[in-house]
Order: sequence, then C-alpha cells, then structure tokens
Amino acid sequence: MNRLTLSVVALVVAVLPFAPLFLNTYQVDVLNSIGLYALLALSLNLILGEAGLFDMGHAAFYAMGAYTAAILNTHYQIPILWTLPLSGLAAGAFALLVARPVIHLRGDYLMIVTIGVGEIVRIALVNDVFGITGGANGIFGISRPKLFGWVIRRPEEFFYLIWGFVALTIFLFLRLKQSRFGRALNYLREDEVAAEGSGIDTDAYKLAAFGLGAAWAGMAGTLFAAKMTIISPESFSFWESVMLFMIVILGGAGSVLGVLLAAFLVIGLPELFRELAGARMLVFGLVMMVMMVVRPQGLWPAQTPRISLAALTGARKP
Amino acid sequence: MPASGISPISPIHSASPLVEEFLQQLTNGLAVGGIYALIALGYTMVYGVLKLINFAHGDLFTYGAYLGLTLLTSLALTDRLGFALGVLVLVLMVMGLVAVLGAILERAAYRPLRESPRLSAVVSALGASIFLQNTLMLIYGARFQVYPDDILPTATLNVLGLYVPLMRVLIVLASVGMMVALYLFIQKTRIGAAIRAAAIDQGAARLMGIDVNRVILLVFLLGPALGGVAGLMVGLYYGQVNFTMGWVYGMKAFTAAILGGIGNIPGAMVGGLLLGVIEALGAAYVSIAWKDAIAFVVLILILIVRPTGLLGERVADKI
Amino acid sequence: METLVADGMSPARVPTEGMSLLVLRDLTKRFGGLTAVNAVSFAVEEGSVVGLIGPNGAGKTTVFNLITGHYRPDHGQILFDDRPLAGLRTHRIIARGIARTFQNIRLFQRLTAIENVLAGCHYRMRSGIVGGMLRLPAQRREEREALDRALQELEFVGLQSQAAVLAKNLAYGDQRRLEIARALATQPRLLILDEPAGGMNEQETEALIGLIAQIRARGVTILLIEHDMRLVMRACEKLVVLEYGGKIAEGTPDQIRRDPRVIEAYLGAGDDD
Repeated sequence: MNRLTLSVVALVVAVLPFAPLFLNTYQVDVLNSIGLYALLALSLNLILGEAGLFDMGHAAFYAMGAYTAAILNTHYQIPILWTLPLSGLAAGAFALLVARPVIHLRGDYLMIVTIGVGEIVRIALVNDVFGITGGANGIFGISRPKLFGWVIRRPEEFFYLIWGFVALTIFLFLRLKQSRFGRALNYLREDEVAAEGSGIDTDAYKLAAFGLGAAWAGMAGTLFAAKMTIISPESFSFWESVMLFMIVILGGAGSVLGVLLAAFLVIGLPELFRELAGARMLVFGLVMMVMMVVRPQGLWPAQTPRISLAALTGARKP
Repeated sequence: MPASGISPISPIHSASPLVEEFLQQLTNGLAVGGIYALIALGYTMVYGVLKLINFAHGDLFTYGAYLGLTLLTSLALTDRLGFALGVLVLVLMVMGLVAVLGAILERAAYRPLRESPRLSAVVSALGASIFLQNTLMLIYGARFQVYPDDILPTATLNVLGLYVPLMRVLIVLASVGMMVALYLFIQKTRIGAAIRAAAIDQGAARLMGIDVNRVILLVFLLGPALGGVAGLMVGLYYGQVNFTMGWVYGMKAFTAAILGGIGNIPGAMVGGLLLGVIEALGAAYVSIAWKDAIAFVVLILILIVRPTGLLGERVADKI
Repeated sequence: METLVADGMSPARVPTEGMSLLVLRDLTKRFGGLTAVNAVSFAVEEGSVVGLIGPNGAGKTTVFNLITGHYRPDHGQILFDDRPLAGLRTHRIIARGIARTFQNIRLFQRLTAIENVLAGCHYRMRSGIVGGMLRLPAQRREEREALDRALQELEFVGLQSQAAVLAKNLAYGDQRRLEIARALATQPRLLILDEPAGGMNEQETEALIGLIAQIRARGVTILLIEHDMRLVMRACEKLVVLEYGGKIAEGTPDQIRRDPRVIEAYLGAGDDD
C-alpha cells in the first residue's frame, strides 16, 4: 500500500467512529446498511474471493441466521444478541449440509446449485415451512438488543453495534488470511489439482470455506433481524445474493479493503443519487460488463506479496 | 382455465374426471416443457461451443415476449393478415430481432473475454442479464404487460376426445417442429458439422479450416432466435409477461439442459419436455405453492446423481 | 494393517538393499474405448532414479495420475512401501510420502514463490480456523517453522532470492524448479517428476541433472518422465519404456539403448545422438 492510500485509510478509520456525531439519522442509517452489507460481503469473500467458489445463493445463509435469531427470540424469548452464535451455527451447519453432496462440482455448476438453494430457501420461507417462518409476512415483534443493560434502539446506537462487529470481522479475517487456513483457501482458488497434489484436502477446505462464510452471514442475519425487528422473505431474494456477489467482484476478490470500498460504493452511491434509483441496476449491470474487460481484478485488488521480505529474513534467525 | 372448453359429452370426461384432469395436466406440461426446451437449446448450444453459461439468455427470451407484444399491437398483424399468417410473420420478425440482439450480446459481453478466466465471463454474463432486464423495465415499466386477449384464440381442439386449448396444441407442435429442424440442421448440413466440430475441440476445428468465430456467432443467432420465439409463446399462452420472467424461465430451461445433458441437443429437448411434465404434475398433485422449487430440486438432484445428464457422456478431465 | 503382498518381503519391512518402494502390478486404465494403460507392471527400488519413457500418447502421464490418485485404475495394484494405494484420495497419497510435479506446470500463479512452497508444508501443520484468527503462540511457532522449511527448500533449488516474486513472474525454468521445491516441502520418500526438463534450455537441463542428483543424495527416490534422452540416460539407472499403453522394455539405459523394439518404437525416428 502506498503512502497516499495508507493515509486515506487512516483518515477513514479515524473519522468513522465519530460519524454519528455529525451525520443525521438518515445518513447514519445508510452507514448501518453499508455495514451490514460489508459484513455479508466479507463473509462471501471467504467463499468467493479467497477460495474461488462461486456462491450466488449467499442470501440463503443470511436468511438462515436472521430467521434462527427471530424464531429463538420471538418463540423462546432468548435475547436477540445471545442468539448470535446460534444463528451462526445454524447457518454454517445448513451450508455444510447442502454443500456436502455438491462440493465436487466445477465452478459454474456449483454456482447454479447455490442459486437453486437460495431460491428453495426463499420459497420455503414464503410457504411458512414447518409453520414457524410466518409465510410471506415474515416474523415481527423481534425485541431490541440489549448490551450491558443498554437497550439499542436508535440508528446511532446500532451504528456502533454493527460497525463494531465489522471491525472485529476485519481484524479476524485479515489474520485468517495470513494463516495456514487462509493460504489453503488461496491454493484451492489458484489450482485445485495442484492443491490436492500438494497434500491439501481440497473437499474439506471447500466445505470449511462454505461453513465459515455461511456462519458469518448468519451472524450478520442476527444483526439485521435486531435492527429491523421484522423480517420477511423478500429481504433474502436472489438479487440480494447477486448484489453481494457484485460487491466482492467489484471490490476485488480476496481483498478485504476492496470489498469494504465496494460496499460503500454499491450501497452508498445510489443513496446519493436517489432520483436515478430506477436506473441503478442498469448501471450495475453495465459496470459489471465493463469491469470484466477493463479491470477484472477489481477496484482495489488484494495486496501482494503478503509475506514481506522482512518476515522472510526474520524467519531464518533462531 | 384449461378445463373451461370441455363439453360434458366428452367420453373421457364422462368416463373418469381423474384421467381427464391428468391428461390436461400432462398436455399443459408438454406445452410448458416445449417452451423450456426451446430456451434450453440456446443454453446448450452456447455451452457446447464456449463452455459458458449464457446467463443473459433468459433475458433474450423476455425480449422475445416484449417485442412480440409490441409488434403484435403496433402493426396489428393478425387484423391485416388473419391469425395464422399474422402469427407466422410475427414469429419470423421476433426470431430475426432477438437473433440480432443475441449477436450483439456476444460481441459486447463475451467476445472481449474469450481468453479470460471463467469467472470474468460469468460475471459479464450476469451483468448483461441485469442490464438487459433493467433496460426493459425502464422502457415498459415494472408492471406486467398484457397481450390483447381479443387477438388470442380461445378455441379448443378435440384431440381423441380430450378438449385441449388450441394454443397449447400449437405450442407443442411448433416447438417440437423447431427442435427437429434444428437437430437436422446440426446433423445433416456442413454448417451443422462445423458447429459440432467446434464443440468438440475448438483448436482442432480451427486447424481444419473452420472459422470458429463465425460458428460462435451462428450459435448466438440460432439460440436467441429460438429463445425469442419461446418468449412469444409464453405471451400468447399466458397472455401476460413481466420483465423479470426471463430469469425464472432461464433457470428452468438451464435445468432442462442439464437434465438432458448439457451440450447435447436432443438432451435439451428431452430435458425440457420432461421438466415441463414433472413441474405440471408436481404442481397439480403435490403442491402448487412449491411449484417454482420443483425445478431447482430436480436440478440439484441431477447434479448429485448424474451430473452428465440423461443423454450426456462422461468426459475425463485432463490433468 | 494391510496385507503385505510384495515379493519375498519380510513383514517387518527391514530396509534392505534394493527394496522396492513402489510396485505397480498389472495396472490398467481405460477411457471409453481407449486403453491408455494396459497391464503395466514395474517396480521402483528405494533410493534409485527410474525413468518412464515412450512416445507421446504412450500413457506415461496416465501412469503418474494413477499413482497419485487423480485417476482410479480399472485393474491392477499399486503398492507404496508395501501398502496398497488404491482408492485413496490424492492428498492422502501425498501424506503417505509421494510428491509430484506436473507436465504443464501447475503453480499457484498469483501467489509468491514462498507461498507456493508453503503449500507443501501444509499437511504437516496443525492450526485451523480458530488458531489462524487468534494467532496463538503455538500457531506462530508452527508458522515460523514452516516458513523456515519452505525457505530451505527454495534455497535448495536455488530460488531463495525469488521468494517474494509471484510464481507467474518467474522464468520458465525457475517455475519448474519452484514446482520441485513445493513437492520437496512435503518431505516425500518418492518424488514423481513429469517432464522436468520440458521447455528448458541446455544450461538449465544441465543444472537440473545436478539437482536430481542432489535430491537423490537426500535419500529421495525419483520416478520421472522425460523426453530429453541425454538427461534420461545420465540421470536414471533404470528405464521403463511404454508404447500404446503397454510396457515394451525395462532395463538399464545401456540395455534400453540397444533394445531393438525400443529403437523401432521410439528412438528410430532419428533421435540417435
């Protein structure tokens, strides 16, 4: 990273925590939306960007988390934030279950399956599967989250909850990226045959990528349910999955900073040009086509090399 | 309702309403299946030659439906030429226009990415799909568009004692006819042989003097032409169309192509008809609410059990 | 315990002189109507360098792909260290002690050289998702050790100065050597090289012959496919010749050079330098 981008990043990091002080409620709410999409896109980035698995049904895992949280909260009165790990587990387990039989499928076939899974989940939610999802109307009356006795109600309060979680996610994911696990996902993306031929259990890592990415999306679902207090199937449509896919690709697959930037652009920009809202998707479609020709690596591609020379020489010393 | 044209003296009807109902669902399934099959041909041909899922193909189908509506109403074809000739002219115009759209799509979205990684082409295809869909939305609006019902024939036809809507019979006949014509074209002509050669090995085909770019262009003319007609059929059959319908129909047609064996033209026909029937019967006898999930379940099952499809052959991966 | 089937081998598996590390027995693989490998049998002695040669399309790479589990044999047996490999997935076979390179270089192109070699260290490491996220002391130590090992392997093939260079930016010969380093990082007992000199110039090939000798000196057994006859004749002590999927000859380079069937099938076309 050069000095200019570094100082821009530093500035954003320094200013963002104070955003609720100088932005109005609506603007803070937009930032909250961006935060949620950033979380979801970061979770998809593990699957799509790091492991190179075409997941275009990510909204299904998001939905699993949101519904798990909503059902546990409204039926069993479990405080919404306590459901966070459970939603993560539910979404992750669901991902493992559906991915297991199809994990060996090649690129675009896997993508078609994930689209199918996303649609089946949405249709199941609309049809009030098991009588617990509330059908097309969804679930309402989800209670407000409480943190250390403080009830989170206003967008300014949610801002800290959501962006706190985003910050934690960035911290953990950046570390994961530079670990044995993160590297294994990259090997998978670069060349599956060579990865398997270097002793890496590629099927296990593909599943792990799906499980972890889905679990994180599930936790984002909990935050979404807490923020909205009402959820319905239309929040988890195919276009939601497409939007997330787009954020990861536009930002730069495998690039944490790129994905964050793209979340700001894709979710934030349309809010600035509201009079053109109708043409929003048209522009996105066009941008996707042009980007693939002009800049397929994304706006802000992953930084390389990730293991610095200093670390290399450091390793040789006892 | 399909059952409205049935006279009480129909022998099958008086014999058993259950059989009657079943046969109605079956013919309905065949008509919808014929439409799926026509769209599936476009997916399967492009996949055969480029190994690319043309995500925007479903939207070209939608363009067929919208262009058909606009031409039908603005030119008043059926008023001037009569129903049969009017629809025939309409079909040819829609085929031509959507074929041109297909060729433009290939030029704009896929040709620049011929040498790029798979992901790039997939993303571009998706972008093209979103772009095409939203262009329609901006032109026509987001609401359902309705085909004028005074133009559509409401007659029913007596097929061996079963009263079937005329449109349904026409759709089945026309789609099967076009599929057979395409199959013969691919199998019996020199150009068809070139397409087959390019599908097997592009490099070798090029060495044999085949202009692969022209083959690809041809595939992007033929597939969308058939897909466009399928869109027109949906408009004429159901009477209303929507700018997002291409994605649902597209996914189902793609399922049909996989079901039959992707890259395989008879496979697309078999898969389309089969999926149409499965879906119609599933909706009638299992659950109408889950109708749209049936195709996806079929898709996932076939990919787990037999990813090469019913008629596909297994090919070893080169390492 | 697996049954021990190797010829006249004591169950205790005492490492004796000339013990067979790899035994192929009656190996057959068909693709549709084509028999790519037809009842091929041969053995690779521990500590030796064996060359698998034959004209293009003779089934050499298929034999490699069968050994490393990329394909399943239709018939026959593969014994590694007296234990059958059949049915194991590739990464399990690698963990048994076999490593390979690929005919068309398969590096992780957009990763650095050192990251490529670290792939070979992977299966001996432990840390998972939680360890990676929390970066605990045990994980950091493991990471340091792996990095150290990977650097050693880079140094071994002479690429230490290129550690931070992306694989795709390396020269062709360097890419081949990087693949060898990655394979060696798995600490194999048997190294399988698929046309290691492919695309190399004379100088690079000369260096490769030296590298093969060095690998052998580390106690690693080598099985290689190569078209460059000078390399094969100098580096290998035993050659196995395939034609149309079947074995037509086996012996020392000198024997093979004089074998009339081999000359007819393979060397006859004027490759007689």
